[in-house]
Parts: sequence; structure tokens; C-alpha cells
Amino acid sequence: MRKNILILTLTAFGVLQMASAGDITGVINFKGAAPAEKELTPIKDDPNCAAMYPGAAPQTKFYVVSANGELADVIVSLKGIPGKSIGASAATATLDQKGALYTPQIIAIQTGQKLVVKNSDPVVHNVHTKPTANPESNQVQMQGGADLNYTFDKPEMFLKFQCDVHPWMFAWVSVFDHPFFAVSGADGKFAIKNVPPGKYTLEAMHRKLGTQTAEIEVKGDGAVQGFTFEKK
Amino acid sequence: MNNKYQPALFWFAVLNAVTTFLLIGLGGLVTSHEAGMSVPDWPTTYGYNMFVFPLDKWVGGIFYEHSHRLLASAVGLLTTILAVWLWLKDSRKWIQWLGITAFLLVIVQGILGGLRVRWILDWLGVPHGAVAQAFLVLCCAIALFTSRWWQKSETEKQISVPRGLRSHVLFVTLLIFVQLLIAATMRHQHAGLAINDFPLAHGQLWPATTPEAIADYNAHRPVGTIGNPITAFQVSLQMVHRLVAYAIFLGIVAAAMLARKKLGGDDALAKFAWFWLALLTLQIGLGAWTVWSNKAADVTTLHVMVGASALLVGALWWLMAARRASLTEAMK
Repeated sequence: MRKNILILTLTAFGVLQMASAGDITGVINFKGAAPAEKELTPIKDDPNCAAMYPGAAPQTKFYVVSANGELADVIVSLKGIPGKSIGASAATATLDQKGALYTPQIIAIQTGQKLVVKNSDPVVHNVHTKPTANPESNQVQMQGGADLNYTFDKPEMFLKFQCDVHPWMFAWVSVFDHPFFAVSGADGKFAIKNVPPGKYTLEAMHRKLGTQTAEIEVKGDGAVQGFTFEKK
Repeated sequence: MNNKYQPALFWFAVLNAVTTFLLIGLGGLVTSHEAGMSVPDWPTTYGYNMFVFPLDKWVGGIFYEHSHRLLASAVGLLTTILAVWLWLKDSRKWIQWLGITAFLLVIVQGILGGLRVRWILDWLGVPHGAVAQAFLVLCCAIALFTSRWWQKSETEKQISVPRGLRSHVLFVTLLIFVQLLIAATMRHQHAGLAINDFPLAHGQLWPATTPEAIADYNAHRPVGTIGNPITAFQVSLQMVHRLVAYAIFLGIVAAAMLARKKLGGDDALAKFAWFWLALLTLQIGLGAWTVWSNKAADVTTLHVMVGASALLVGALWWLMAARRASLTEAMK
């Protein structure tokens, strides 16, 4: 009986927390002209890959800046709140190899969250992870082959996935041990959902442009915070 | 059994040495194209027996890595035949054991290469590269020992090479080997160029390696650079590589001048020393070109091959000089 009361109390507390939690939203902007990207010309050297690009070869996507100056692929997260991962119950994240490129190139997941790597290409790939905190792995993935499944136990930023068969293919997976993070979209917008009220340090990290932080306070209606990056 | 010159054995040893040299070039291409891990399994290739891997799958990085494995298998076979041939047909015990050493070394080398892939250990590429260079020298030495020159030179009058000159050449050759170890360490960092200008280094005589400076170098790497971020260690290592290159160059200049003075300009070893100097000059040029080309794969691989040649010339020069010295001693 006493145990049931405790469970009910905790559940009620959790529901109340959720009810009072807010979203952190914002827009990431880029100041100045978008830096030049480089054409991935080696794609044209591989006949199988070249066939997927009858026109010009695709370009690197180091700085994805919209016409209005919004910056994509920035990872925004709360700092200093470790050990709250709910990755095991989170939705599966997916990385696809399509057109001899990783799609998306930048994603973020939680520790214990399932990450599926697909091969939608008519060519063979190897999926080589180059972590700094988690174990390294290198697996074959034939065309039409089964999906590969990954989970990571330790948090780390920009864990590199690469294909050594096609050395221009990269994706960077950031792993958090909490659910309070987001990746800015093509419109520069991000939203971190269900953040309990309180004061936090919000961190925005771009792989090439570095890191910025802001002190914020989340109230019942959430918080709004933007960042502006520039290439120095 | 005899220890007379056996043309077939000699030319077979040359074939093994040349194939090994080409294998080093192909290994250089594997690393230059960052293709070492493009075949995740070993000794199979994408689950196939490597000798029947379908041709249509030799694409991208697989082409370099798989070709490297097949050529390595050929070198393994040639070396095995050579070891058996030496054991059966050469009466010199020491060269029989050299054949066995080569056989064991090629097995160790194959396992090192396989483990580097299976265990996903970048650093294993460094001993793999080092053993490759040592194995090349051994194969070429065996070819030299089975040559007509080596076996007939007992009957010919030779100009003795002073001990000091021999020691100098040995020292420079060992320094080249150390340089190749440094180079292998640089290449297996998979970080692209740690310094992307020459003769200056990040615009300075000696680049700063503070955390701020390293962050600045990383922020200003050429667009499209996709290797790991560079570190202070890598910047310092490339500077050491440059300094050792200058030291080797001066060492070979001294060797060539001393050889000319002590042996005369017409002596074969004096000419060989000048060839060594020409090779080193070319090598420094290729090193500069490697930087200026942002580590273009073909240029970098050529740099690897000429580096191996420089080591080889030094080692063979020293062996021939030692041979002359021993013969001169024997005649006293």
C-alpha cells in the first residue's frame, strides 16, 4: 500500500514537471557571406558514383547557410546535466547512405538510443566509426544489404562516421547522456522540448565555426535564445 | 650445392625485390588515399576469398586495398620460393638463414597488415610501414649477395673504403630509416597536412604550438580538408621531419664529397654516392611538392617510394663498401 502511494506520488510529480516544462527555441544565424564549399570531384572518378551525378558533382556541406542567413547543422544543448538519458526508449535515429553521401550529415542522439545506418545506394560501402570515447568499429554494408544498428554508451561530440571506399563520405553523430538537445534545421530554427523550469547554460556548437554559450532561464512558457556565428 | 653465381637465382631475387618495391608503392597509395580500412575484413575481402573477389567490386578505396593484398600475397609466394631456393641451392649458411629471415618477416608483415584492419588500430600502420622498409632492404641485399658482382669480386682488385666513410654512410642510412619511421607516424595520424606551407611553417620559421595557435591552424585549413583536426604533436612532428631531412641531405653531401676524395671520381661507389645525393635532392623536392599540392595522393606516394629508394641506396652502398673492406683485409 505504502509502495503504491509512493509510485503515485512520483508519477504525479513527474506529470506536474512535464506540465510545467517548457521548450527552448531559437534561430541560429550566420553573419557575412556563406563560405565557399568545395566540389567533391573524386565522386566523378568512381564510375558507379559518377553515374548518380550526371551533372555537376555535389559539394561539401560544411556551412549550410540559407538565403536569409540562417545556419543549419548547429547542435544546441544544455550543459552540465549528465546522467538523464532516456535513449533506450527514444525513437530510432537513421543515417542513410544515398548518392554516395551520408544523409543527414549532422545528427544528435542519446546514449543508448538506437541508430540505424542504411545503404540506399547501388554500391557497396563500409561504415567506419571514428569515436573518441566509444569503441571504434568498421563494418561491411553491401548494396541492398541489411541495415546496421548502433548504440553508444558514452557521450561525445561529432563522432565521425566515414566510408573508406568513398573517402568523401562523412557524417558526424553527437551523443548526449540527456534528451535536452536539438540540431538546427535548414531555416536555422531549433527547439529543445520539455525542459524543466530552471537556470541553464545553453551551448551551440558548429563543427567548423566553434562553440557559443548563453545563460538562460526556462519558465513555464519556455525560453527563446538565438545565436549568431561568423567565420573568423 | 655451390656458391657460384647462379643467374636464375639472382634474377629471381631481383624479381622479388622489384615486386616488393612496387608493393611499398601500392601500400603508399593505400594510405595516401585513406583506403586502409576500406576492406573491413581480413583475410577475406567483403566475405569473399580474396583471390576470387569479383572485379566489378574493385571500386574506390577497395581497389587500392585489395590490389595491395593481392600483390602482398604474390610477394609472400615469391619470398617463400626464394627462401627454399636459397636453402637448397646456395651453400652459404648465412644466406640460407637470410632467406628464412625474409620468409618469417613477410609472414609477420602480412599478419601486421591484417591485424591493423581487424583490430582497427591506426598505430599498427607505423610498424607495418617500418617492417616494409626493412623487408625491402633485406630482399635487395639478398639480390646483391646472389649477384655476379658479389661472388666474383673476390678475384678483382678493389679500392678499400675507409672505415670512417663507411661508418658515416651507415649513420646516414640509419637516420633515413628513423626519418621513414617519423614519416610513417605522420601518415598514420590521418590528419592531412599539419603544416600546409613550405619552406616556412604556418608563415613562421618555427610555428607556434599553443592551443590558440592550433585552433587557428584548424580554423584556417584549406576548404575541403576532411581529415582529423591537427594537433600540436603533429605540427612538431612535421618540423622534426623537415629538420631530419636537412640533416640527411647534409650527411649525403658529405658522403658524396668524401667518396670522391677517398675513392676517386671514377670509382663506382663514388658515382653511386652522387646518385644518392641526386635522389635525396629529388626527395626534398617531392616533400615540398607534397605540401604545395595539399598532399596529393600520387605526389605523396612518389615521396614514399623515393624515400624507400634513398634508404635502399644507402644500405646497398654500405654493404658493397663493407664487402670491399673485407676483401681488402683478406688480401693483406
